[in-house]
Amino acid sequence: MSRLAGAIAAMLVLTACGGVGGPGRPAGESLTTMGFGLPDEIATVRVDAFKKAYPQVTVRINEGAFDEQAFLSAVASGNPPDVVYLSRERLGSYAARGAIQPLDDCVSRESVATGDFYPAARQQVRYDGHWYGIPEFYNSIVLIVNNEAARDAGVDPRSIDTSDWDRLAELARRMSRTNGGKVERFGFNPKLPEFLPLWAKANGADLLSADGRTSRLDDPAVAEAMAYANRLVESQGGWKRLKAFVDTWDFFGARNPFAEDQVGMMLSEQFLVSSMAGTTPDVAITVLPFKGRDGQPVNLVGGNAWAVPKGARNPEAACRWMKTMTAADTWVTAARARQDKRTKEGKVNIGTFTGNARADGTIFTEIVRPSGKAPFDEAVKTIRAVQPAGFVVPQSPAAAEFKKAWEDAGTRVLLGGQDAAEALERAQAEARKAIDGAAS
Amino acid sequence: MRSETRWAYVFVLPWLIGLALFQLGPMLASLGLSFTEYDLISSPEFAGTANYARMAQDPKVAVAIGNTVLYTALHVPLAIVLALGLALMLNRVGGRGAGVFRTIFYLPSMTPYVAVGVLFLFLLNGQAGMVNQFLGLFGIDGPQWTTDPDWILPGIVLMSLWNLGSTTIILFAALRNVPAELAEAAMIDGAGTWARFRRITLPMISPALFFVVIINTIASLQMFDQVYAMFFGNQATQQASGDSALFYVVYLFQQAFQFLHMGYASALAWVLFLVIALITLVQWKVGGRLVHYEAGDRA
Repeated sequence: MSRLAGAIAAMLVLTACGGVGGPGRPAGESLTTMGFGLPDEIATVRVDAFKKAYPQVTVRINEGAFDEQAFLSAVASGNPPDVVYLSRERLGSYAARGAIQPLDDCVSRESVATGDFYPAARQQVRYDGHWYGIPEFYNSIVLIVNNEAARDAGVDPRSIDTSDWDRLAELARRMSRTNGGKVERFGFNPKLPEFLPLWAKANGADLLSADGRTSRLDDPAVAEAMAYANRLVESQGGWKRLKAFVDTWDFFGARNPFAEDQVGMMLSEQFLVSSMAGTTPDVAITVLPFKGRDGQPVNLVGGNAWAVPKGARNPEAACRWMKTMTAADTWVTAARARQDKRTKEGKVNIGTFTGNARADGTIFTEIVRPSGKAPFDEAVKTIRAVQPAGFVVPQSPAAAEFKKAWEDAGTRVLLGGQDAAEALERAQAEARKAIDGAAS
Repeated sequence: MRSETRWAYVFVLPWLIGLALFQLGPMLASLGLSFTEYDLISSPEFAGTANYARMAQDPKVAVAIGNTVLYTALHVPLAIVLALGLALMLNRVGGRGAGVFRTIFYLPSMTPYVAVGVLFLFLLNGQAGMVNQFLGLFGIDGPQWTTDPDWILPGIVLMSLWNLGSTTIILFAALRNVPAELAEAAMIDGAGTWARFRRITLPMISPALFFVVIINTIASLQMFDQVYAMFFGNQATQQASGDSALFYVVYLFQQAFQFLHMGYASALAWVLFLVIALITLVQWKVGGRLVHYEAGDRA
């Protein structure tokens, strides 16, 4: 009855937004995925590895990014995929509501080598003491410096140290450039509100308790970090103007903001470095660790995970799929294919940063070779160096609402509607209510 | 029952079947769910009128209603005045060019809403968008349409005026049905252009005007696709707008599919339904006094 009601309700709400659903699937050894695509050899090689290992399983890959509306409607109507590929951040909300299954049996039955995964990735796929996902990539955050902007500001890019917030603010001002009211170069993009957890950590604070049940948005150190990052933005022209400027950037193309001298420094996931290696291998950048005020690297990590929805018809095959796709050997094979392809194309390869530490060990010692492009070869060393400092916002039963609360707070501050303490006080109340409601 | 009436029902039957199968059932189910706590996954739990009570205390509902009502108040009159202007121009075009112009005027309506949303995100960009570049030709330093909370809603209204095709065509059809002899008689009596428009054209097309007011009001209150594509489709744009682009249906969607509060979302949907029904009823009552129906036109 609840399934029927769910399907009907979803249909009503979706009337204006497009529907979901599909034809029935044959029973037996078939495996249907959702949220996954086959854009490159890293995907295709691993899929081929699974097909080779389990030729009796017919794999149906519904290519496309994860769509929560499609996913939830599929689960509610009793027609879910066997395995879903989604951001690890979302797992807590879905696990708390039973939309995805615990994987403890899968992990033990198939002897998934969970010890191979990075600790932060492991933490992010566990909720309430159970496995709910198997991690894929491991995206680290680094500071990318535009060497030309650094020279304009009179500093050696390699000497930039983010642990001194006063000097960092001064450097941001020196790197920024405006002309006739138009922003020409964003000196330092602190990526607020998106990277608030990173700024808070750099200031010695966490947004959420380790068990994911107590919001700590009202911690004065969080407000101090948010206020500082906001002052950085204000001192460079203000959020409204800068955001409009950022919206014009071609992040992943040949005219990326570093190639176009549109940014001085920016905090970014390492995949932007990877993209630049392919599109603009001669770009003059320096990749540095982002250090907290105590001088130690801090690194907010993220990535996707595989999970098995409630009602999946072939959870056994799903389990084998997740194990195969994330196993060290599979990653190494895929990384080797990537290296071969890049070598043939004459392109720089900075490697594949997986959630599997054992795989990365092999990839970065045996497969990825120095390209001769110093910025990228140094970048690989930096990224590898900050990986152990990886941390995550713990899973919470109200993960989506919690994130929305602090992101909205950050936006209110950036737009000048509230100061950091006021905004976070409101966010704290919203977060507490959401977490209490979801946990009850 | 007259034969004509029977045939009318036959022609309406496919729509009635669709309504019964695909809309009435889900509507009734959502009415039931609006009295429950339901996360789409677990079984619904009866919650009485808690969801409706929660709406009264939810500050985001007030924000969403405010944005939606303000948008409707700006969009509907602007859209109808502009569409009427376009229809009047189309009505003056004769010969072979007429069909071409009608097609051109309707073409924007063929563009998918999501594409329009993304397109206008570029056009309205405060730093490099064509709208501000155009304003710059007149020495005007254009606003930050997509990042300044004070200008986001006007920007959305501007975007909404892209899609006037349907309203224009309906009003154009009505204008074509205004008897030419009425205007000729008025001219002989010495009536000027404005007097003929106000005394003859407007009353004669008032049923069509009334219709487009109602459908534009309903569409405005249900605004979703373009705004979602512009400001909520990805994290970067979502961060820029705060609550300035939070329309009622966007909030309903967030509650249903981001936060998994399907019971609450159902309550939001039903309140919207009732508000639209009420507004339409008021428009109908007021319109009845303002609209000119020729003898036999009114049911």
